[in-house]
Amino acid sequence: MNDIVSLSQVAKRYTRGKESVEVLHSLDLKIAQGDFVALMGPSGSGKTTLLNLIGGLDRPSDGDVTVAGERIDRLSGAALARWRARHVGFIFQFYNLMPMLSAQANVELPLLLTSLSAAQRRQNAQTALKIVGLDDRARHKPNELSGGQQQRVAIARALVADPTLLVCDEPTGDLDRKTADEVLGLLQTLNREHGKTIVMVTHDPKAAEYARRQLHMDKGTLVPGNTP
Amino acid sequence: MFKQTLAITAMNLKAIPQRLGTSSVIVIGIAGVVAVLVSVLAMATGFHKTVASSGRPDRAIVLRGGSQAEINSSISRDNALTILDAPGVRKDASGKPLGCAELVTIVNLPKISDGNESNVTLRGSCGQLLALRPNLKIIAGRMFQPAVREMIVGDGATRQFKGLSVGGHLSFRDSDWNVVGIFSSDGDAHESELIADADTVQSAFRRTGFQSVTTLLDAASSFDAFKDALTTNPTLTVDVKREPEYYAAQSQRLTAMLNFVAYFVGGIMAVGAMFGALNTMYSAVSARAREIATLRAIGFGAGPVVFSVFTESLLLALMGSAIGALLAWLFFNGNAVSTLGANFSQIVFRLTVTPGLIIAGVCLGLFIGLLGGLFPAIRSARLPVVDALRAS
Repeated sequence: MNDIVSLSQVAKRYTRGKESVEVLHSLDLKIAQGDFVALMGPSGSGKTTLLNLIGGLDRPSDGDVTVAGERIDRLSGAALARWRARHVGFIFQFYNLMPMLSAQANVELPLLLTSLSAAQRRQNAQTALKIVGLDDRARHKPNELSGGQQQRVAIARALVADPTLLVCDEPTGDLDRKTADEVLGLLQTLNREHGKTIVMVTHDPKAAEYARRQLHMDKGTLVPGNTP
Repeated sequence: MFKQTLAITAMNLKAIPQRLGTSSVIVIGIAGVVAVLVSVLAMATGFHKTVASSGRPDRAIVLRGGSQAEINSSISRDNALTILDAPGVRKDASGKPLGCAELVTIVNLPKISDGNESNVTLRGSCGQLLALRPNLKIIAGRMFQPAVREMIVGDGATRQFKGLSVGGHLSFRDSDWNVVGIFSSDGDAHESELIADADTVQSAFRRTGFQSVTTLLDAASSFDAFKDALTTNPTLTVDVKREPEYYAAQSQRLTAMLNFVAYFVGGIMAVGAMFGALNTMYSAVSARAREIATLRAIGFGAGPVVFSVFTESLLLALMGSAIGALLAWLFFNGNAVSTLGANFSQIVFRLTVTPGLIIAGVCLGLFIGLLGGLFPAIRSARLPVVDALRAS
């Protein structure tokens, strides 16, 4: 399979005052198209930083980041935003839905960045909501939905523009076990039946079991030999 | 870009009910600024309009040389006759010059509003008054008669001072006067006056001369000939002015002062409102940090986010401006007030909220909104996406 994510000698440093802290050290990583990778590790191990680099939300201090065939570490801010719109669907721990918009309008948001007509946007959003099983909740606002339903809306929003990659940051961190399993099952279906490449950060070993592959991080590096 | 801006702005506006308290700071602050600015400028506009409308270009006023106003002018009876006989003065059907030698004196009358006595101009005029000032119409009662202590009173004065109804009696010094008529003169400065026969006023107030001569000219173009005739006459030392110029000069100082007050007080309030707007928009950006970061993560550009913050600020400012202008119009437009004029007597005028003033007020409001939205908009663009995404 083709590699959809390729990181080579990636380092990330943050400067706080006069002090420079390196949170990722000379990291190499490849993720194939259609893979479902769970990134695990203790707090502060650098897994969210790595996820942000893969998703084009952050830039490396050193090294190359190639995702979906593009050297995204070289893109300008505006070009990176356009690239994200085209290639990445984000799923966050706290859903990050727009509270004033209906589920349907939330799902339509990424499509506003495309050239689709309003009718096409509406139709695609309805299809995405159907995939996550919430087509009957399209008119509800986030505060009228349960946590699990909100995360399903967020998944529909991530899917709707048919991105190359789904990037999930603790997608079940705010959900109970049963709801978490439903959401993870949905992600697994998206990966297995729709061929979506998924990179997911999680603390939860049970959540990680839904992935095809688990990568463990510690102190800014990938722990070797721990990737089944 | 437009589609993105529209979508984000719509979201921001839909969220305003959740931030009603902070959003109303902009609206109320700007409404206050615009209301004050527009109402004070309405005062200046109304005063200027009242005084300026008192003149017409084919009427001239003659004062003693160097006099700024009628109150400090003096013209003898002989000089008055010379002036009325000058070339360029229009004649009536019987060949009499259309002009009046007039004197003004100050009398005190109690105001309706608080009962305190204020200065009012009592003008001594002549039988040609209605021909000289065709806009002056008797709207109640009749014209005063010569040689008796009768007067007509301006409609504006009747609304400000007590005892000015037809049939009323007024006492000044040792003379008693009957109010026999009420006149209107299209809201000009004369409408604040009391007018009686000049000879009778002279007699009652023990005066001998006049203070001005006002003449109707053959045409506006006759003014230069009229002026030259008077200023080259060695027996006269007079200033000759077209009425509009004279009245414009009379209103200049007060209009300038009111404009200064409007812009000075309005300016101070505007600075306060601007900080209010800044604070509100900073709060709005801060409250929506995660939403903004999410939009940026999804792929929305910084530009639409900046424009949406600006647009929200401007829309709130527009709302405040409209409310302020509406309040000024509702509460002040057409209100009659009075102030001391050049003759140290009260001039009654109406506050006038013109479309120009409303536009000026709205422009100021939008400017405040623009400045108030600028820095928060920049902050929204610089928001660290990664940190803001995880904000609780």
